[in-house]
Amino acid sequence: MANLVEISNLNFGYNSRLVLKGINLTVPKGSLVAIMGLSGCGKTTLLRLMGGQLRATEGEVNVAGEKLNDLTQTELYRFRRKLGMLFQFGALFTDLSVFDNVAFQMREHTNLSESMIQDLTLLKLNAVGLRGMQHMMPSELSGGMARRVALARAISLDPQLMLYDEPFTGLDPISLGVIGQLIRQLNDTLGTTSVLVTHDVQESLKIVDYIYFVSEGVIVAQGTPDEIRGSSLPFVHQFIWGEMDGPMPFHYPARSLRQDMELNGE
Amino acid sequence: MANLVSGIKIIGDRTLKIVERMGAVALFLFSTIVNSSVSFKRFSLTIREVYYAGVQSLIIILVSGLFVGMVLGLQGHETLQRYGSEDSVGVLVALSLVRELGPVVSALLFASRAGSAITAEIGLMKATEQLSAMEMMAVNPMSRVVAPRFWGGVISLPLLALLFSAMGIIGGYLIAVVLIGVDSGSFWSQMQSAVDFEHDIVNGIIKSIVFGVAISAIATFEGYEAPPTAEGVSGATTRTVVSSSLAVLALDLVLTAFMLKGWN
Repeated sequence: MANLVEISNLNFGYNSRLVLKGINLTVPKGSLVAIMGLSGCGKTTLLRLMGGQLRATEGEVNVAGEKLNDLTQTELYRFRRKLGMLFQFGALFTDLSVFDNVAFQMREHTNLSESMIQDLTLLKLNAVGLRGMQHMMPSELSGGMARRVALARAISLDPQLMLYDEPFTGLDPISLGVIGQLIRQLNDTLGTTSVLVTHDVQESLKIVDYIYFVSEGVIVAQGTPDEIRGSSLPFVHQFIWGEMDGPMPFHYPARSLRQDMELNGE
Repeated sequence: MANLVSGIKIIGDRTLKIVERMGAVALFLFSTIVNSSVSFKRFSLTIREVYYAGVQSLIIILVSGLFVGMVLGLQGHETLQRYGSEDSVGVLVALSLVRELGPVVSALLFASRAGSAITAEIGLMKATEQLSAMEMMAVNPMSRVVAPRFWGGVISLPLLALLFSAMGIIGGYLIAVVLIGVDSGSFWSQMQSAVDFEHDIVNGIIKSIVFGVAISAIATFEGYEAPPTAEGVSGATTRTVVSSSLAVLALDLVLTAFMLKGWN
C-alpha cells in the first residue's frame, strides 16, 4: 500500500528551541493513524507541518505527492484543497448558519449550481446525522454537535487526507463515541486517509489502525492498537493505563521537601 | 547621569516600537490592497460590511451630527451677534461642519463604533481558530475576511461624514432660524454663496476617505495581529480606538495644512 504521508528526518523548532527531533513517520493510503502524547509534546505541531501551516527546519514532509518544504503560498493553497481538517473545538464560522458553514468550501472553490450545493450539503449533514439542524447558528449547537457540523464541513469536498486535532476534547461519553465512530466510518466509506492527534487513549485505540507515540519531540513507540496495549515500554504503559508515577514523574522537579520546609534536621 | 541615559534609552525604545508598528500597519495595508480582488469580484461581501460598519453606525452619526450642528448654531449666533453678523451663522455652521467637524467627528465616532467592532470580530475569529480553519480550507483570510471589511469601512465613512454634515446643518437651522429667529433666506443664501464645492465639500470628502483608509487599516491590522486570548482581543480593541483617533487628528492637521495652502 502506497503512503499518502511520508515524513523523513524531520526537525522543527521555534527560534533555537527544537520541538520535533528526527521524526520519521508514514501514513499508508486509506489508513487511520493516531499520534499520541502528552500535552506540549509536539503532536499538534506535527499535524500543522502536515497541513503546511508550518515549515520543517530540516528534513522532508511529503503529503499527497507534494513536497511541502518547497511550495509557494499559491501552491500551498492549491495543495490544501486535498485536505480536510477538524479543529479541536470545531472552529465553525460563527456568522454563518450550519448549512452555510458546510457549503462554504463548495461556494469558494467550485462552480456548482446553488441547487447542487444544496443537495451535496444536505448529504454531508446527513452523513453526520444533523440534516435537521441546517438552519441553526453555531451558537445554538452543543459541543458535540458543533464538532459533527465541523466534520461535515471538513469532508465537503471529499478530501484525500483528513487531519483531526484533538477531536475528543471536552465531549460527553455519547458524543465522544459518536465522533469516534464517524471518524472511522467516514474514513472507510469515503476512502480517505486520516491522521488523528489525540490523548484520548481508550476511544482512539478502538478506531485507529496504527499509533505513533511522541514524547519530548521524539517518536518513542509505535505499533498497532494491540501492540500498544501489550507494550512493556514504561512511558507507553504509564500513558495507556493513566498511572500517576512513572517516566513522567508526579512531582515537578524541586528542592527536597526538607529544604523547602526549612527543617534543619533537629 | 545614568538615569538620564536610561530615560533616553526608554524613549528611544518606545519610539522605535511605534515606528516599527506603523511600518507593520503600512505593510498590512499593502497586503490588503493586493488581496482585494475578491472584494470587488464578489461585491456582495463588501456590501455586507458596508451594512455592518456603515448602516449600523447611522443612528450615532445622525444624532451626533444634529447635536453638534445645534451647538454650533448657538455658539455661532452668540459670537456673531457681537459684530452684528448673526445672519452669517449659516456660513459658520456649514463651513465648520463640511471642512472640519463632519469628517473629523464622524471619523472619531466611526473608530469607536465600527473600528472597535471590526477588531473584536477579527480577533475573536483568530482566537477561535476560524482564520486557521479558513486557511486550511485553501481560502486566504486576507481576501475573504480582511479586505471586505477594509473596503466596507473606506466606502462607509465618507457617506457617514456627508450625512453628519447634513444633519449638523439641519441642527444649526433649527436653532438659528426656528428657535432664535435669524432670517431663513439669509441663512441659506449666505451659506450657498460662501461654501465652495471644490475647496470645501470635495476637500472634506478627501479627508474622510483618508480617515476611512487609516481607521480601517488600523482596525483590521489590530484584529489580525491580536494575541488569541480574551486579554489580547480586549487590548487590540482599545489600541484600535486610541491609535485610530490619534491618526485621524494627526492626518487632519497635515491635510488641512495642505488644503489651506493649496496642494502645490
